[in-house]
Amino acid sequence: MKLSLVGWIVGVAALAWAVTTSEAVVKPETRTDGRVVVTYWEKWSDFEFEAMRKVVEKYNSSQDKIFVKILSTPGIANKTLLATSGGIPPDLAGLYGPNVAQYAYNNAVMPLDDFAKEAGMERDDYIHQYYDICTYRGKLWALPTTPANTALHYNRDMLKEAGWDPNNPPKTLEQLKELDQKVFKKEGSTIKKMGFLPTEPGWWPWAWGSIFGGKLWNGVDKITMDDPRIIEGYTWMGSFAKQYGSGTVTSFQEGFGGFNSPQNPFMDNKLAMVLQGVWMANFIEKQNPDLNWGATIFPYPAKYPEMEGSTLLDLDILVIPTGAKHPKEAFEFMKYLQTQEAMEMLCLGQKKHSPLATVSEGFLENHPNPNIRLFQGMAFSKNTLATPKTPIWAQWGDEIRAATQSINSGSKTPEQALLDVQNKMQPLLDKVLRSERARGIEPMSEDMAE
Amino acid sequence: MSNSKLTSQTKAGLLFAAPWFIGFSVFLFFPLLKALYNSFTEYTILTPPVWIGLENYSDLMKDELFWKSLGNSFYYAMLAIPIGTIVAIGLALLLNQKVKGQAFYRTFFFLPSLVPVVPLAILWLWIFNGESGILNAFIEPVFGIKPNWLGDVALAKNVLIVMSTWGVGNAMVIYLAGLQQVPVALYEAADLDGASPALKTWKITLPMLSPVIMFNVVMSIIGSLQVFAQPYIMFPGGAPERSTYFFSVYIYDTAFRDNRMGYASAMGWIMFILILCLTLFAIRFMDKRVHYEAS
Repeated sequence: MKLSLVGWIVGVAALAWAVTTSEAVVKPETRTDGRVVVTYWEKWSDFEFEAMRKVVEKYNSSQDKIFVKILSTPGIANKTLLATSGGIPPDLAGLYGPNVAQYAYNNAVMPLDDFAKEAGMERDDYIHQYYDICTYRGKLWALPTTPANTALHYNRDMLKEAGWDPNNPPKTLEQLKELDQKVFKKEGSTIKKMGFLPTEPGWWPWAWGSIFGGKLWNGVDKITMDDPRIIEGYTWMGSFAKQYGSGTVTSFQEGFGGFNSPQNPFMDNKLAMVLQGVWMANFIEKQNPDLNWGATIFPYPAKYPEMEGSTLLDLDILVIPTGAKHPKEAFEFMKYLQTQEAMEMLCLGQKKHSPLATVSEGFLENHPNPNIRLFQGMAFSKNTLATPKTPIWAQWGDEIRAATQSINSGSKTPEQALLDVQNKMQPLLDKVLRSERARGIEPMSEDMAE
Repeated sequence: MSNSKLTSQTKAGLLFAAPWFIGFSVFLFFPLLKALYNSFTEYTILTPPVWIGLENYSDLMKDELFWKSLGNSFYYAMLAIPIGTIVAIGLALLLNQKVKGQAFYRTFFFLPSLVPVVPLAILWLWIFNGESGILNAFIEPVFGIKPNWLGDVALAKNVLIVMSTWGVGNAMVIYLAGLQQVPVALYEAADLDGASPALKTWKITLPMLSPVIMFNVVMSIIGSLQVFAQPYIMFPGGAPERSTYFFSVYIYDTAFRDNRMGYASAMGWIMFILILCLTLFAIRFMDKRVHYEAS
């Protein structure tokens, strides 16, 4: 049997087509008008993406040298890393704050110090805590897009119902607990209402010790999950499940709907108070606009008054991946985004506050969140809490999450659960430091994030 | 057959087989060897791998989560395989009966295995929801209890085992095909001897089906030790308390959350060797008990 000529031609043609199309995917895009195309992958979708798209459009029409092409990219962190290792990264990627250390450690992103210096950008242009999230080992690796921080959100009607003055929400954790017990309602073995539940929404399991003034590590080389204040914080967190019964609380929680749904326990009048971020107002507006709610500074432990005003920081960031084809042009867009006008346009569109040190009065006035001044002000608090800047944070955070589950179920004491995290993570931190030293990078105390 | 014709035929054969050979070498054999090399290195994707000898393997032996996730995967496999096998054979036997609407029933019982895994996982989350799930809506009035299927360490893993029977359709179809191969003459002979239906199933059907059973069991060993999508979607982080944290999920997290490719590769190779040994053991064990039609 001989392979026919047609067969060979078809085969070769198919191969050639495959090669050219795969090349087309990899090759940077060019435009007929000669503008440099900056590809930009962003994690957001929905209204948050729209807000950034408008800023990009404004930038594109403001000049004729650079054209930013924005693409909504789910699973951004992994895709960026893999595209970077394959040598075909985007010019800009919108990652998350805690990614900075991990990506910098892996050489996945470019340091921006020289660019920033040339552009005259400084730490003082920003709320320091947000700027610091963008640095690792003394270098700048990212710039902020939109920030977020947290506050205690409370349901005024539920407070009133429990006989608590809705204009005077709890100031200390002790008062919060007292109010919780007033709100608490059980029918048979089923909980109907609670005042507060540390595991709802459960997005910041790392924070409970820090709210008590504990330190998760020394910021350099030692993890300190056994810090007495950390243990105290997690004991407090576990006290809810301990008091009401772990199984009963779990059942109560299983009845909650999704965060962005009318069955969200806070919007559904099941939970009187919740620790939530600046975005919450927007979701309440969407899911239950009639909810009579307020926001205030998260309570502090009465015996540690110096911990008043604690707020958890979150930051979305922009980076230039290593091997990007147009880093200079990419930074031009970043620079534009950091102007007060562009940044306020973005933050207003995403309904968050601004990471910049100065904001216009118009921004605060036009902001859809009635509590925006609270959030903007709290970002300057001395008790801002952010996740440790280390490449092992993703795993460390998951270990803490598993530990909180063991504490809440009562299968481990807080001491034991936290010690287990300590023993698991310290060797991994040692490894990171060893590998950094081998590359000539010394740990520095200024990386202390908390 | 002339010599030149043979070579041209060989050529054509090789050419036709080439896509598979290329695919296998590029996407399976090479990555397998690369993973073996990586497992002796510290490798974070973007920095070149650094040779560290057996450190990853010795670290794994001390890693509590490694043992826990391995234990979870084995627990799952040890229960899901026998249950799945019994359910699939049972269904195949029932669907092999000559009843009205046979084709309808066969399709009906196969249908569930066509549902994509993500919506399926969400659906099961609702069924097992301790507070408002349909399962507890039946259990509570009868037994007066409301188990926390998803939130209780003792129960969550078993939820996944129950779920695994949802996908027995594929195995069932293979058993059904196997049942068609059983010679009718054997049943006729048994009928003449006055054998009961149960005896016929035990002495004729199952032995004649044994090669198919062996194939399916081997496939389930491979499949169930690699179970990933359902626990990953339904129980983020292996909640509660890592009781649903499976070995494959740990490999994935290590590779793509922590970027520790070397450590993940070592785990991958351990899994490969474990599955290989189990499969060989299963084949050895069953070989003596399998009746091939020809013999």
